[in-house]
Amino acid sequence: MTTIDPTIDTATHADPHGSASHASTGSTAVATIGSWITTSDHKRLGRMLIGGGLIALLGIALVGALLGFERADSAALFDSGAIAQLFAINRVGLAYFVVLPIVLGLSVAVVPLQLGARSLAFPRLAAAGFWAWFAGMALVIVSIAANGGPSGGASRYVALFISSYGVMLAGLTAIAICLATTVLTTRAPGMNMRRIPLFSWSVLVSALGLVLVLPVAIGTVIYLYVSYRYNRTPFGGNAGLLGSGPGTTANWLGFSLTQPTTFLYALPAIGFFAEMLAVTSRKRLPKRGILMAGVALVGVAILGGVTQTQQTLPWTGSKLYLGDLFGDKLENLVSYAFFVGLPVLGAVIVLLLAPLAFVGTKPKLNVAFLFAFFGFSMVLVGMLGNLLAGVEELRLLGTVFEEGAFVYVCYGAVLSVMGGVVHWGPKLWGRKIDDKKVALFALLGVTATVLASLPYYIAGFADQPADSVGFDYSGPQNLWNILVGVGHGLMVLTVLGFVGLAMQSFRKGELAGDDPWDGQTLEWATSSPPPANNFSTMHTVASAEPLIDLKPAPSTSEENS
Amino acid sequence: MLALPPAPAPAARRQLFVGTALVGAAGTTLIGGMLALWLRFRDDARAKPDGRWLPDGISMPGVVANIMLISFITIIVFAQWAVYSARRGDKQHTAMALGLTGLIGLAIVNAQAAVYTQMELPIRGDNDLNGYGVMFYAITGTFMLFLIIGIIFSLVTAFRHLGGRVAEREIVTAHAIYWYFVSAAFCMLWFVVYVTK
Repeated sequence: MTTIDPTIDTATHADPHGSASHASTGSTAVATIGSWITTSDHKRLGRMLIGGGLIALLGIALVGALLGFERADSAALFDSGAIAQLFAINRVGLAYFVVLPIVLGLSVAVVPLQLGARSLAFPRLAAAGFWAWFAGMALVIVSIAANGGPSGGASRYVALFISSYGVMLAGLTAIAICLATTVLTTRAPGMNMRRIPLFSWSVLVSALGLVLVLPVAIGTVIYLYVSYRYNRTPFGGNAGLLGSGPGTTANWLGFSLTQPTTFLYALPAIGFFAEMLAVTSRKRLPKRGILMAGVALVGVAILGGVTQTQQTLPWTGSKLYLGDLFGDKLENLVSYAFFVGLPVLGAVIVLLLAPLAFVGTKPKLNVAFLFAFFGFSMVLVGMLGNLLAGVEELRLLGTVFEEGAFVYVCYGAVLSVMGGVVHWGPKLWGRKIDDKKVALFALLGVTATVLASLPYYIAGFADQPADSVGFDYSGPQNLWNILVGVGHGLMVLTVLGFVGLAMQSFRKGELAGDDPWDGQTLEWATSSPPPANNFSTMHTVASAEPLIDLKPAPSTSEENS
Repeated sequence: MLALPPAPAPAARRQLFVGTALVGAAGTTLIGGMLALWLRFRDDARAKPDGRWLPDGISMPGVVANIMLISFITIIVFAQWAVYSARRGDKQHTAMALGLTGLIGLAIVNAQAAVYTQMELPIRGDNDLNGYGVMFYAITGTFMLFLIIGIIFSLVTAFRHLGGRVAEREIVTAHAIYWYFVSAAFCMLWFVVYVTK
């Protein structure tokens, strides 16, 4: 039986095959491009966000590689003004050109399908959000190239940088509003909040966090813009944007690019790992409620964002005994544990429960799980690094240790999204990616992430300063920085190879079928690719794994095979 | 392909209501974050030797600000009146309430303009060492944006209602939610910027 309703009016919706359909009706390439530009179909919007983010990643990783080599021997590849701007765009770009767009893109493409919804809520708002993000990103790049941005000398382009930054954040906020509304209002009948797929649950938590945190950053951007135009003293001019420039202490937007706020950006990576546990183990996840609680606990990072502060652990005073319950040290510890420790604890809970999924079953490992595991591991290592970096006694603040943790979290999220493309790509394109070939990119990607981050964990303990190319310490400082440069370079190769393979596979690869992974959630109950409105009939859900309810239990011989 | 049992027709989803509530939450953190920075700058300014935050020669027109606050109370009464009337299918009263909501909104825009005129606050004054002018215009300007969006929302809702979409009550409820948010935001703004200055 097919669930595709042939009566659906496809004229007003995007056709998943795009150009093929247009060719058959004699439309021109211009019309095809026009249909992509004006689309409000969530599957197309998601792919556009992922595509845009991955292309941006090529540039940002290249900048990271160049900065690594620049730090290696201060070879003066760039002048000092350009270096401050490159540091700024590297950090801003990794968060807002790459991680958030691709994470939101995967969510936009997949979440409505997982929920059994016919579309995203407010699809035109999501489309407007995409174009606002895209235009903002383009203008930020233009402003940096024209000597604007932090520490830039062209004041007109500095103003352009600040305003474009705000537009970009507004676009991402709009997409987050659409996602949160989708999960809250468009679930299939019977799908209460406890039956939401784990990936969608993590997207809900993340989207709600973004809805609350990004506007705080937008408010700061408004102050910075007005201040820069009319009175630069109070906010420190453009040097105060991200704390760049010698002797600058102001860092008004820094809170949105560091822990615990960045945990929110990578939260769906944790949800994707939990989702893949279910798919790989091919059974109902035990302790699913606790897993959901673990994912939600990461959302405590919202508090760090809305308070606009980078949380640290001063560890002052001498009292740490219960007789004086709020002795200085304990007071510091409780505050730090609440803001930063609880989100990390959430991720640790997911990790600890993961082995339970495989008890009493023979897992069916696939490449998407490999990406999910690597991505989650990298995010977790980054979160743990962030937890450590905030301890003032260790004197890691202001060193490259923080940068290493940031890259771990961001590249971990990138690996997870690549895994998401491998897993849900067949649903979006109808064809599978070659398993063996793409596995190489999982290994290359995790190698790139470790090389781009781990050396800075080590160099951070040697007090190598962040955002600087002039430093000296005993130890193999050139080695660490060259390794970081190589790591970013490998990430460029990973992305190029992955995108090339994906484009080839999704055009000419093996047909996937409707349920290639023996899935448990609703997206596998429709055709691959889905029809214009995703589902021709509404489904009733009676558990968190609606497709398991329908499938016969696998026989023993099947299990062993 | 697997075929799950077909479900009954989906229930009312209240998307617009939830979406508007989320916009309100986002707007609240935006204004709240700006007010937090305002308080920080104010405290820093008062900790300096001269202890001045409001620049010399500038006085706050408290009466106009209080009238704005009262107007917001009126607005939420009108917005809720629109919801009440829409539920009862009373087209005339719904349209009247929506129109009055937009009208009071315009009056508040006028009052804000009066505040600017009466204060004669330069955005970059010679004696404004702490950035008061910049912050005042940034935060009240941002709030004005929310206000203008609210007026447009009232007009759109009224036109849709007058155009015959009487059964679409959700937009009227969402409209009221939006004005609740704007009013709450102004209460915060009024207390911090106009009362405690």
